[in-house]
Amino acid sequence: MAVDDKMVARVAGLARLTLSAQEVPHLTAELNNILGWIDQLQAVETGDVQPMATVMPITRDWRADVVTDGAIQSDVLANAPEARHGFFAVPKVIE
Amino acid sequence: MTALTDLSLAAMKAGLAAKDFTARELVAAHVAAVEAARPLNAFLVETPDHALAAADAADAALAAGNAGLLAGIPLGIKDLFCTKGVETTASSKILQGFKPTYESTVTSKLFEAGAAMLGKLNLDEFAMGSSNETSAYGPVVSPWRAEGSTAKLVPGGSSGGSSAAVAARLCAAATGTDTGGSIRQPAAFTGIAGIKPTYGRCSRWGVIAFASSLDQPGVLARDVTDNALVLEAMAGFDPKDSTSLNVPVPHYAGALSADLRGKRVGIPKEYRVEGMDPQLVKLWEDGVAWAKDAGAEIVEVSLPHTQEALPTYYIVAPAEASSNLARYDGVRYGIRVAPEGGSLADMYGATRAAGFGAEVKRRIMIGTYVLSAGYYDAYYLKAQKVRALIAQDFERAFQSCDVLLTPTAPTAAFELGSKTADPIAMYLNDVFTVPASLAGLPAMSIPAGLDAQGLPLGLQLIGRPLDEQGVLNAAYALEQRAAFTAALARWW
Repeated sequence: MAVDDKMVARVAGLARLTLSAQEVPHLTAELNNILGWIDQLQAVETGDVQPMATVMPITRDWRADVVTDGAIQSDVLANAPEARHGFFAVPKVIE
Repeated sequence: MTALTDLSLAAMKAGLAAKDFTARELVAAHVAAVEAARPLNAFLVETPDHALAAADAADAALAAGNAGLLAGIPLGIKDLFCTKGVETTASSKILQGFKPTYESTVTSKLFEAGAAMLGKLNLDEFAMGSSNETSAYGPVVSPWRAEGSTAKLVPGGSSGGSSAAVAARLCAAATGTDTGGSIRQPAAFTGIAGIKPTYGRCSRWGVIAFASSLDQPGVLARDVTDNALVLEAMAGFDPKDSTSLNVPVPHYAGALSADLRGKRVGIPKEYRVEGMDPQLVKLWEDGVAWAKDAGAEIVEVSLPHTQEALPTYYIVAPAEASSNLARYDGVRYGIRVAPEGGSLADMYGATRAAGFGAEVKRRIMIGTYVLSAGYYDAYYLKAQKVRALIAQDFERAFQSCDVLLTPTAPTAAFELGSKTADPIAMYLNDVFTVPASLAGLPAMSIPAGLDAQGLPLGLQLIGRPLDEQGVLNAAYALEQRAAFTAALARWW
């Protein structure tokens, strides 16, 4: 399956990556190269194989429903590019 | 007397216990080595104060008789591990200035064991790469050079700062993380040993996420014994990591045995790829002979889906990465780029465009594409099914053998810049390491010989789930017979 510039621009939008006009055709070529290579998987017979999402069988223990963390507002905000009044600050969202 | 930086970690422990030198002397010698090796660009941040404070604490503990397993041992920490108050960037511009307010579980455990952190080690950006050239802070230069050449070589990746620092004798051992070969391939490139334990053996809490179903912390050190010592200190159950395994950690170093009698070593025939470097074929045959000499029985096994492992990996890993890296949006940490008068979405897009490097963007794009509506089944679901087949291959192989022996990487270290133009050529570096990652198995690389140019080559051992001891033991037997001595001449 090949992608075109339009698809690359759409995927970049989904991934929240602003691409310049020059970057798009370049990435289209690169992605097609990689996708062409991974396309070989389509030839593998997978029939009713169950997809593998986890490598080790893990059963989780129940834990006590208690607070183990919290009251660290200043820690949470310590690395924020912009914080105001104890919150993360971002450009205006509502007009 | 041997220079303190030339000692193995085990020899450092013995010297400290015998009071031949103090932890302060040991650590100070390494702090000086780190400063003198800046041309290698192995360290992104140097933390001599942290290291010397730990050394003094270790000297006090040694005197009091309550020293931990790694008391006074100088370590390098891959910059993917969050370290409290010490800048942690994953070698990405997008995390510039990020100082975690918490300590990763693995580094906490190492510090509790008395280890001294010399600094944070360079890596490929977000651990995406096989040569350490995708770092936003410049590539690491390998301490190795080909005979009669001054060309700069890559130290492997993504744990390239870790491999270079250990090989150059800047630290006794270093932490690494392995997603598709990021510990084993750099270890092979630099003539050292490295182990990726079973998925879930070491906590991922506080490790910056790349591909969560594959990422696993591990060790790079000079030899098998040193790997065993550090792994023992790092491993263990952590309730803060939902995929952490609640099983006891053996005393790996104490249980090391080079006696392979009664053990079966499997040779997967599919790893004998067409056009394989004859030197690598020879090295592999040497490995087989060493295993036999140690008493093992050699059996040929088949892993039919070996060919499909790399393309499977390059769907699964980017898919998970695109999801994990969604958190870098200029709101909570790292850099922010907000276009004048722009919206919140503009800020996200501009921040990510400015903060991520080319390889990271490529993988985010691939991952977003294979997860997007209409393509999910054809790519992501298909890859998860093939991944199941790959894991089943290993299960079947381990019915007739105890450990697998393969080469670690298809070539020795290459020159800086020689593969950066072709992503797929770079991805092929991990052809022998990726299958074990997909199956979550413990695997280790040991230095086994030099090629015609005098550059190290590694052999890989892959074990059953949770059988790190079996991997370490087989590696230990081969290590004794390979008698690898690093012919590394200091040029920096």
